[in-house]
Amino acid sequence: MSTAASQKRGFGTVLWDYLTTVDHKKIAHLYLFGGGFFFLLGGLEALAIRIQLLQPENDFVSAGFYNEILTMHGTTMIFLAAMPLIFAIMNAVVPLQIGARDVAFPFLNSLGFWLFLFGGLLLNCSWFLGGAPDAGWTGYVPLSITSPGHGVDFYVMGLQIAGAGTLIGGINFLATIVTMRAPGMTYMRMPLFSWTTFITSILILFAFPALTVGLFLLMFDRMFGSAFFDVGLGGNAIIWQHLFWIFGHPEVYILILPLFGVFSEVISTFSKKRLFGYTAMVFATILIAFLGFMVWAHHMFAVGLGPVANSIFSLATMAIAVPTGIKIFNWLATMWGGRITINSAMLWTLGFIPTFTIGGMTGVMVASVVADYQYHDSYFVVAHFHYVIVGGTVFGIFAALHYWWPKMFGRVLNEAMGKLTFWTFFIGFHLTFFIQHFLGLMGMPRRYWTYLEGQQLDLGNQISTVGAFFMAFGVIVFVINAIYTAVKGEKAADDPWDGRTLEWSIASPPAHYNFKQMPLVRGLDALWIEKMEGKGRLTPAEPLGDIHMPNSSFLPFMMSLGLFIAGLGFIYQVNYNWAYILLFGGMAIMLGSMLARSLKDDHGYHIPKDELEREVD
Amino acid sequence: MKGWMGKIRAFCLLGLTAFVLSACGKENLTALDPKGYGADQSFNLIILTTIVMLFVLAVVMVVYTIVLIRYRKKKGQKDYIPKQVEGNKTLETVWTVIPIILLLIIAVPTITATFDLADESAASDSLNVQVTGNQYWWHFNYEGQEIQTSQDLYIPVGEKVYLNMKSSDVIHSFWVPAISGKMDVNPENENTMYIEAHEEGVYWGKCAEFCGPSHSLMDFKVVAVSQDEFDQWAQDMQNVDPEAEPEDAVAQEGQSLFQEKNCMSCHAIGSSPAQIGPNLTDFGNRSKLAGVEDLTKENLVQWITDPESIKPGNKMTGNYPEVSDDEAGKIAEYLLQLKPTDITPESAQ
Repeated sequence: MSTAASQKRGFGTVLWDYLTTVDHKKIAHLYLFGGGFFFLLGGLEALAIRIQLLQPENDFVSAGFYNEILTMHGTTMIFLAAMPLIFAIMNAVVPLQIGARDVAFPFLNSLGFWLFLFGGLLLNCSWFLGGAPDAGWTGYVPLSITSPGHGVDFYVMGLQIAGAGTLIGGINFLATIVTMRAPGMTYMRMPLFSWTTFITSILILFAFPALTVGLFLLMFDRMFGSAFFDVGLGGNAIIWQHLFWIFGHPEVYILILPLFGVFSEVISTFSKKRLFGYTAMVFATILIAFLGFMVWAHHMFAVGLGPVANSIFSLATMAIAVPTGIKIFNWLATMWGGRITINSAMLWTLGFIPTFTIGGMTGVMVASVVADYQYHDSYFVVAHFHYVIVGGTVFGIFAALHYWWPKMFGRVLNEAMGKLTFWTFFIGFHLTFFIQHFLGLMGMPRRYWTYLEGQQLDLGNQISTVGAFFMAFGVIVFVINAIYTAVKGEKAADDPWDGRTLEWSIASPPAHYNFKQMPLVRGLDALWIEKMEGKGRLTPAEPLGDIHMPNSSFLPFMMSLGLFIAGLGFIYQVNYNWAYILLFGGMAIMLGSMLARSLKDDHGYHIPKDELEREVD
Repeated sequence: MKGWMGKIRAFCLLGLTAFVLSACGKENLTALDPKGYGADQSFNLIILTTIVMLFVLAVVMVVYTIVLIRYRKKKGQKDYIPKQVEGNKTLETVWTVIPIILLLIIAVPTITATFDLADESAASDSLNVQVTGNQYWWHFNYEGQEIQTSQDLYIPVGEKVYLNMKSSDVIHSFWVPAISGKMDVNPENENTMYIEAHEEGVYWGKCAEFCGPSHSLMDFKVVAVSQDEFDQWAQDMQNVDPEAEPEDAVAQEGQSLFQEKNCMSCHAIGSSPAQIGPNLTDFGNRSKLAGVEDLTKENLVQWITDPESIKPGNKMTGNYPEVSDDEAGKIAEYLLQLKPTDITPESAQ
């Protein structure tokens, strides 16, 4: 369907299309808009934090409200911004990169998105229903159990629903990559972004259940009178920290590994060189993921686990620096001897290398147990994880968006605005966070609502706040850029960057069935190989035939809506009996939708061969 | 090992003097100017890891700069396709092995120090203090000495003092950056750490584990005094007569108001272990009011009439009968005269 045709459709049709779509490309758009919305929201919360800390003993916001803001900033950025934006890129790119017509389970793909969105909305409803959660994004017990009001209940239910969506998404990509690679695409011919998506999906599969279990225990403690974490009744409070970080540390790698893949693609394309040490890159990724499960207790060095446990987790943590270092050097070696084009996507990548190296440096520094006794829970740690999560994940998302925007929307983002975004955000980022290393060591613990006068913490905090506004400016320019591009942006060619991988062999944006005929993959950088041999296009691996496509469905939306309503019911049944109506009503909507899905045979539809022949190549 | 650690430290202090002097933060608060055993250990490792990691960063940045200067596409350059390199075994081995060696350089002293700071063998011969973290104040019970106090922890300088720490509510974390790194104060188990101050002084302590609205106001002090002064302090604290009448009439009225208004049900004076609220035995000597405000009568009256305005979410608000400004003034007068000893934070200079 061409752009001209879609412009003729009314708003209602487009809306209904997006509400029911199971097409990975449209779900990518949905993830992008959903995640982008929450990213802006989390950014506003960050600005409120920085304004509050502009001067000592400030009272821009009250202490209790500040705790809600900082909790929601962390929770929103991790679960509702970074994760869905990563899923947006995975959805937009992975099926195209491995030569598939869609993901393995298109219906589940849509369900995953709507669960995330309704989970996120439920969490944010708390602002209007008596106050947001205020126990930190880590929700440590007993603070989260004793927190009054329903804030933490929204945290529990919202994350549980959104987390289910993430788990579904992870399983889906796992199945897609295992079963749907194009003919000839062996594992060791897979582009690195697909590889990192694959590894990330494994991490999601094993890490999220720990969070699910933890949240269930917390839910029962808060809503149904159990005492898993209640020390007074024989429970154990430290176990929450273990459960949370057994999820939480792999989560850090879930957030960064896909972007390592993005940087590998961008560097390789814009250096016009094959990725240096491809095999080493793949195994470094696997090693990082494996070690990622062995290091959770480095978040707990100050808990008092004893010197043996602390030493073991310290060594395991330091070990991760080795594969990460291999990656950095491989990227540098890829650029070495290449022909480097510097545009917006490449700028974000070049900004990432020093920034992430500093984040990795401080990562090794906090891994050193006794040094960490000082860093722990101070602004040093705040600086460290913003260097890796913003410097890695956010820079990576921006790089990916500039790189794949043409493939996602058929238009190229404006370069001038792209560069303006990069420079203001990059400078603002370092202004904001570099000084925080020192603030931490100068005695400023994290999650502090205010600091006292005369402790020489004023100047550092002021610099930090100024930096935050630079970052905000950069983000606003990006939003303007996106709108401008949608309205009058330059139309994208099919292969605007002289790309190397399969997604650049098809139209921008691709037809809804992606590939008319499955391509035959003859090696790593499949498209590049054909270009070098003068053909410039992939050989089809099958004759032109009917294409089997899945039908759209409104059921994923209904299921998620049902869970959202039931979530409200769970939260309010503690005080009000009427909430049982919501609880059972919501469950009925969800289970009814599942029943409808089970009873109705939906075999999808076929695009007939002659229709495909009529379409222009 | 101490030898080369010392050399590294001397070297750094030399090199970084200008920087450290100007930007290392407030004395007796900052971890960058260590004045205790634990803080020394941490500082040495901070310097060591920073140097090793700056070396790595320097290597990366040198290669990065060369790459960008040499291989950036230049205007008017002829179009060509670079050689497609698969990899290089030697290079890849080098950048795998060298980081491993660098990490070992960090790992060995790290583990040595970890076990050193967890050493509890001297606990039975040392001063032991039970530390209790509460929302949002600290309680100190000197084991076997019949001394109870809150907010200001007096210790003898140059001695190991073992802290056996537990929380009465949520998790807190005991952090006095200039003397030692932090350790969590959990509700379910007792954590032990030792601190040792090298110099006399009043050191800022902070709660480092998120514990509620007034988390950022849960400050305390460690007052390190000479051994003689400490002995004097301990003796005076043991000999406190909780019933002693103050001399002037206003304070006497304050004392009886203190009893009438049920203050005693939470606040102890003397060594009785009640600790729903802070122990007030040496209240008049406190370095700060509620950990954060100057100890003045005005501030104290404000605290007594409206504690919420100073520490949001504290446990005193709403749990005592109405107190008028006038009554609060009298109680304040009484409390400010609770100075059972001449050893005060001023002694620690």
